[in-house]
Amino acid sequence: MSTVTFKIWRSGEDGKDGKLVEYQTEASEGMVVLDVVHKIQATQANDLACRWNCKAGKCGSCSAEINGKPSLMCMTRLDMIPIDKPVTIEPMRAFPPLRDLVTDVSWNFRVKKKIKQFKPRPPDAPDGTWRMQQEDIDRVQEFRKCIECFLCQDVCHVLRDHNKHDEFIGPRYLVYTAALEMHPLDTEDRIPELKKAQGIGYCNITKCCTTVCPEHITITDNAIIPLKERVVDEFYDPLGWLWKIIRPKG
Amino acid sequence: MAINYETFEYDVLVIGAGGAGLRAAIEASSAGVTVGLVCKSLLGKAHTVMAEGGMAAAMGNVDDRDSWKVHFADTMRGGQYVNNWRMAELHAKEAPARVQELEAWGAVFDRTKEGKISQRNFGGHRYPRLAHVGDRTGLEMIRTLQDHGIHQGITVHMEWTIVRLLKDGNRVVGAFGYDRERGRFKVFKAKAVVIASGGLGRAFKITSNSWEGTGDGHSLAYHAGAELLDMEFVQFHPTGMIWPPSVQGILVTESVRGEGGVLRNKDGKRFMFDDIPDNYKNQTSTDPEEGWRYTQNDKNARRPPELLTRDHVARCINREVKAGRGSPHGGVFLDISWIKEKISNAPEHIKKKLPSMYHQFMQLANLDITKEPMEVGPTTHYAMGGVRVNGETQMSSVPGLFAAGECAAGLHGANRLGGNSLSDLLVFGKRAGEFAAKFAKENPHVQIDEAQVEAAAQEALAPFEHGASTGGSAEGPYQVQHELQNMMQELVGIVRTEGEMKQALERLGTLRDRAAKAAVYGHREYNPGWHTALDLKHLLTISEAIAMSALDRQESRGGHFREDFPDKSAEAAKVNSVVWKAEDGSMKLRREPIPPLPEELKQIIEEMSK
Repeated sequence: MSTVTFKIWRSGEDGKDGKLVEYQTEASEGMVVLDVVHKIQATQANDLACRWNCKAGKCGSCSAEINGKPSLMCMTRLDMIPIDKPVTIEPMRAFPPLRDLVTDVSWNFRVKKKIKQFKPRPPDAPDGTWRMQQEDIDRVQEFRKCIECFLCQDVCHVLRDHNKHDEFIGPRYLVYTAALEMHPLDTEDRIPELKKAQGIGYCNITKCCTTVCPEHITITDNAIIPLKERVVDEFYDPLGWLWKIIRPKG
Repeated sequence: MAINYETFEYDVLVIGAGGAGLRAAIEASSAGVTVGLVCKSLLGKAHTVMAEGGMAAAMGNVDDRDSWKVHFADTMRGGQYVNNWRMAELHAKEAPARVQELEAWGAVFDRTKEGKISQRNFGGHRYPRLAHVGDRTGLEMIRTLQDHGIHQGITVHMEWTIVRLLKDGNRVVGAFGYDRERGRFKVFKAKAVVIASGGLGRAFKITSNSWEGTGDGHSLAYHAGAELLDMEFVQFHPTGMIWPPSVQGILVTESVRGEGGVLRNKDGKRFMFDDIPDNYKNQTSTDPEEGWRYTQNDKNARRPPELLTRDHVARCINREVKAGRGSPHGGVFLDISWIKEKISNAPEHIKKKLPSMYHQFMQLANLDITKEPMEVGPTTHYAMGGVRVNGETQMSSVPGLFAAGECAAGLHGANRLGGNSLSDLLVFGKRAGEFAAKFAKENPHVQIDEAQVEAAAQEALAPFEHGASTGGSAEGPYQVQHELQNMMQELVGIVRTEGEMKQALERLGTLRDRAAKAAVYGHREYNPGWHTALDLKHLLTISEAIAMSALDRQESRGGHFREDFPDKSAEAAKVNSVVWKAEDGSMKLRREPIPPLPEELKQIIEEMSK
């Protein structure tokens, strides 16, 4: 047991003028940052706001910035971070603050709704079922591990620093689109939107999203780059362009 | 006092956006009625996301001997025959179609070699039956329903909480609640209400449930006049994490055992072989080698005793620990790493089959499950009991009020089989949505009674008044909550006795008084102290229902184990426990005879037990 100091972001009245407030608490073996927040909430600050649900890294609710790094509070053990100096816990900075550690992530839900939904080919068997081989769905299953914690959106400089929320859907929704585009049964085409409304070109593959992903999805290499290639094939490949004129789709 | 609130009007209001709530909302909406969906957390974060193993459906993709009849018989045997047999029948018949529907909506299940949906073994299921995606099936399910649902014209109110149902005479006509963000009051006018609020594990100290599992739906329905059924049956999942302390209770999926994991005590003995119940003897292997073959899909092998039903495995673990044969931190060992004796690439195999377990132990306990055994112990996991519903329509005893999923009772009887929960959500979520929409089409809107709204608002604001009037000296809600959880864990937990439960009922009275005075400070915007204070009413209500029903059932059956009545009783086998709120506000209980099984279902059970 040792006493650890935490500096937790507390918002002022009406959610503005926040500041870091110091709390001290005892740390015990195996404790994670979310335990600390709960302990402080139960004993020192009943109204300290934070989101959480599963406490096992499966729901993606407790996203925050711990010592400046976007992380899940429930999966950050105190013995993984230096606790000999104060540990800072702040809300995700790429989204508007609501209160304390809680931010307004509703933009993400609006973005998802604009992406064309799954549209399967007709069933393969008379009983209405499909056949797919495991090796053909492995890559889609990687993308579908996403727990929508939005840490990738938080760290992405296009959103965080350049505020392109209206022009760029962010890594989460590029992964989502990749999962749909690479789904063996899907028949929809989402490539034109990716280029135009969804701003895939803004991503300059700095891979920060991949670094922070708690599910270890190789966002940039496996999702974004293949989508960029599809955009190139569709819009910038002169031979492909010629082919489309000779043999139009449909 | 004039209450400020915003009013919303829907044909069907769904409370809860886990698997059952989303499925109900999708169904109601496709029936052409307007649907509002209220959830305490963000969309896609509900407890369904935690489900790991899979969803049970007799599709016969891996073993074609499977059929709805076998699934039905397995469910009844697992539930020790106090189930609502009509629900068990419908569930077994309809689950395959519900699972295949998910595929049509974009779910990507693991495949068989023929390219069909793969199915895995699980405790109490005779054949490999669980459609799955590694060990993150719940995530796949909720995401599929969510991503399909957002295009169905459903209005979603995220991070809103319902604190009371509104009535007109006997009928439910709406609900009252608040939004977390601003703490402003909301009134819903609805022709039908579907409760799909999930479980109540937070009434206990050690639980796999998140903060949301406070029995809201059970309690809302109860206070609105609905009956609660079989509340004594609480499932203690045998394998929760126990070390380090901060992760105590977090679930370790049954799939670990389904993939060949074994339970051992501190002497290295596989103690599950010591105690195999009679009704499972002919299906259970006494030979470790045969058990291993079963986990590797050998159709001629019988299941290892680690895959007996959860109630039984949990009690065996409890016994080992009490006898001093437990692991260092008061549990037993669950070992999957041993399969390296059988498989050459065991570490990769384990990571592929149990990715989130590997991840969970690496990250939270600094333990590599491909190399070392895990330490596990029982954790409060699931409520078999809940709102009493009509097996076909899911309507409660209150007209216009429906319930589906964990908060509804009947399907699972005294013990739920792993994998039957996710399929339950789909089958009965759909039915609840369908019949709620039908009810809404047949019944007009009714005016909301202002007096009820005002009373609900005053009750909701009371904790702030206590805070203001006592000037910081009063007790907060967290202390009451912690004490309740400790008390329920100790006195109404996995092993129960009459004396302890009487004591629990007494102490609930004191806790109720303290909860009624609990004080909250600050303002209404995203104030977790306030939310905790409001949840207390639900926790206290369902705790009383559990203790009262458990005290009344003088036998041991499924999730309910009485040290003073360790055997099953033929008398108690014939009844369900029903709890309701009397005119004077007190909780009443009666035993109600279980309707007799129709001949054809009886025959199926007999045939399958050969």
